[in-house]
Amino acid sequence: MSTTSSVSRRAFLSGLIGAGGLLLAAPASGGTLRKLLRPADGESFEPSLWLAIQPDGLVRIVTHRSEMGTGIRTTLPMVLADELGADWERVELSQALGDARFGDQNTDGSRSIRQFYEPMRRAGAAARLMLEQAAAAQWGVPTRDCTARDHAVHHSDGRDALPFGELVAAAAALSVPADDALRFRSPSERRYVGKGVPSYDTADIVRGTARFGLDVPAKGALTAVIARPPVVGASVAALNDDDARDVEGVIDVIQLDTPRGAPGFAPLGGVAVVAGDTWSAMQGRAALEIEWGASPHDAFDSAADRDARLESVRQPGVVVRQKGDVNVAFAEAARRVSAEYSVPYLAHASMEPPCALAIVKDGAAEIWAPTQNPQAAQGMVAGALRIAPDRVSIHVTLLGGGFGRKSKPDFVVEAALLSQRMGGRPVRLVWSREDDIRHDYYHAAAAVAFEAGLDAQGELLALRGRTAFPSISSTFSAGVDQGSSGELAQSFSDLPYNVPALQLEVCKAEAHLRIGWLRSVCNIFHAFAAGCFVDELAHARSQDPVQHLLALLGPDRHVDLLAEGVQYGNYGESLDTHPFDVGRIKNVVRLVAQRSGWGGELPRGRGRGVAVARSFVADAAVVVEVDIAKDGKLRIPRVDIAIDCGTVVNPDRVRAQLEGAVIFGLSLALHGEITAENGAVVQSNVHEFKLLRMSEAPLQIHTHLVESSAPPSGVGEPGVPPVAPALLNAVFAAVGQRVRDLPLARHDLSWT
Amino acid sequence: MVELTINGREVVLDRVAPETPLLWVLRDHLELRGTKFGCGMAQCGACTVHLDGRATRSCMLPVGSLAGRSVTTIEGLSSKGDHPLQKAWVEHDVPQCGYCQVGQLMSAAALLAENTSPTDSEVRTAMAGNICRCGTYPRILAAVQSAAEELR
Repeated sequence: MSTTSSVSRRAFLSGLIGAGGLLLAAPASGGTLRKLLRPADGESFEPSLWLAIQPDGLVRIVTHRSEMGTGIRTTLPMVLADELGADWERVELSQALGDARFGDQNTDGSRSIRQFYEPMRRAGAAARLMLEQAAAAQWGVPTRDCTARDHAVHHSDGRDALPFGELVAAAAALSVPADDALRFRSPSERRYVGKGVPSYDTADIVRGTARFGLDVPAKGALTAVIARPPVVGASVAALNDDDARDVEGVIDVIQLDTPRGAPGFAPLGGVAVVAGDTWSAMQGRAALEIEWGASPHDAFDSAADRDARLESVRQPGVVVRQKGDVNVAFAEAARRVSAEYSVPYLAHASMEPPCALAIVKDGAAEIWAPTQNPQAAQGMVAGALRIAPDRVSIHVTLLGGGFGRKSKPDFVVEAALLSQRMGGRPVRLVWSREDDIRHDYYHAAAAVAFEAGLDAQGELLALRGRTAFPSISSTFSAGVDQGSSGELAQSFSDLPYNVPALQLEVCKAEAHLRIGWLRSVCNIFHAFAAGCFVDELAHARSQDPVQHLLALLGPDRHVDLLAEGVQYGNYGESLDTHPFDVGRIKNVVRLVAQRSGWGGELPRGRGRGVAVARSFVADAAVVVEVDIAKDGKLRIPRVDIAIDCGTVVNPDRVRAQLEGAVIFGLSLALHGEITAENGAVVQSNVHEFKLLRMSEAPLQIHTHLVESSAPPSGVGEPGVPPVAPALLNAVFAAVGQRVRDLPLARHDLSWT
Repeated sequence: MVELTINGREVVLDRVAPETPLLWVLRDHLELRGTKFGCGMAQCGACTVHLDGRATRSCMLPVGSLAGRSVTTIEGLSSKGDHPLQKAWVEHDVPQCGYCQVGQLMSAAALLAENTSPTDSEVRTAMAGNICRCGTYPRILAAVQSAAEELR
């Protein structure tokens, strides 16, 4: 039976290769590579396909992670191409459909390189060996004398090389080598890994031909916009759509159900206006008269909520890490230092608002969407349409930014439901910026309190921390009012400081918005609070902040969090491959201090601040320099950021991610704030939820990469957490003012 | 009915409501989808085009007001994608997600058309209307200065 989805899968496969090529597939989670035979036969489709080499020599590599700006769509195929010995100029990429057999496709958590560096190397090495074996057979020589590079197999005696294309037919007849037969290129033999290639999509992006979510052409496509409930959980109580239907171009008005209970990944419900074009749909929506019903969150007020969180951390919470006895230590302390920090809700505000194009007909769904998580989209769409997941094809377009928002497929489901309701016509769903800001999965607001006990000589005896924030778990399970161990293990329960007595507690916080994850997640507020408090301690102890930070980190060692009662997941990595290594943390602090020119005297109004955080198994340290005029106007002359992310696979994209992390971190610290009144988000667009502009950006950003042969760790997120505390510490150094609640723009920094 | 010039071609729009913003005319009616929708209130710059040579946000610009005017979009910035700025963008590998970059390029092109020797400060001011959430500002600055050098 021919279905939309199997047709699109067959097209995907036959697009990879004509007849007579070599195809290699692999279980993404590891295991043995398999060769595919008869690739044009749709029945033998194997989605976990990494590589196809065509008889004309073109190498097609399947890129299964979503491209939202990290360069991953280029970098993982580059790893494969390098191991294969392919010439990048003769590589073309095919974006994978959403399919569980690829392994994890949820592009977040700074995991892509961590999870797929090895599988990509294996696929490349296996194909290379097959090509080398084919050449050896043709020449009648031992395989060990044959080496694939520059898109051909070369013999050690210097005879004319055999191009890949000429070897494909013979190689395809060979069996796929076992993993233990594979040999990997040494660093000196690598052409691309550690050096980089031009990003695959840049040329299309600068011509305006790159395809983002709204750019996929579709004949006869309708456009829909949705009026969603202003308060999560409210449904339509009364609707007058007469005026909306009178708007020229409006074709239909469709009511959508509001789910009860935890919001999960489901659409919020509301009223959709479907029109022939976007402007008509927007005009139609503006003409709707909707009366919204009651929601359990109607009374939510973010200012009262902030006060409640601060009150919560003034009371004991649940202990999540304990070393020594802080109460005994506090009793002995000659002096105490304490501070409370507060961070508001934040929105993702990717430049491309959520959107999708859906065609749902004949019991199948064909969807194009800028999703970070095509498998979740597939599952949610299948559930909403009551069809099997294999009848749902999710084509992943380029993402105009994601930052975690586009891991949630609510918008994809909306498009699918509307196409179904419109009898299978293609429906392009547009979210306006207001929709995006008001109906996000918000980054949690938080209150974090620290208290330290010092003896008469200023030695640190004890440190107690408490945190309260609405948990991401509340999005999936109504009523959860306490952060999870995974959230706490983001720069809170895993604090690396060497303190005789330490106690960390989690306190209650209610959720009344959809809580999601935003680039670096709970590290944002935990690293902010911890990074600022450590700086406060340095000043309280009259020490240089960098020297104090290094001393507080203590001796080089591997921290054993499990021994102190922490449920620690290490971002999904083994502590054997990615140990919690204090020596590496101190190294990035020293590196950033040295490169930033730390230590020189600066005049009043200018100052430097430092902070460090380990997140996503990478270590990042930042020095921010600020220049504050007497009227309080803040400039940022320079930011230095250093990272130890293990093996650096694509250095220029690592640097780009760090530059971006600095801007992202400064943006949230300076401007980021979402508030709510009567359950509804107040901000609507970028004039209210402000994002850092070029005129405010640092004049210089210097990135410093630690050279390492350790296994690769995360890159996309780890640069963000240390930025906000380094900025606020710099503000203190410049003008002596401690800002403990974000955003900074709310505070008057003027001085005399 | 509105008659205007888009990328050097005469365009007659007879089935579009005159209050429709140029952005949606480009995207929905003319299938010129290089110009992006970002905020709909002329605050983010993703929809920047040239109107008679000046960088202009197209998302709030009623097409009915454009009779006889000349619009250039990214599709018309250069014949082969080889405007000095486009080349500089590739050379510096400026984009991350890429969504705002068309608007950035159009703003930068309008700046360099008037001034091929902008100071860094002038570039930062001229580009302040174009938000990049990924944070490509340092590379935008470097690429604009590279292109300016080529144009001088």
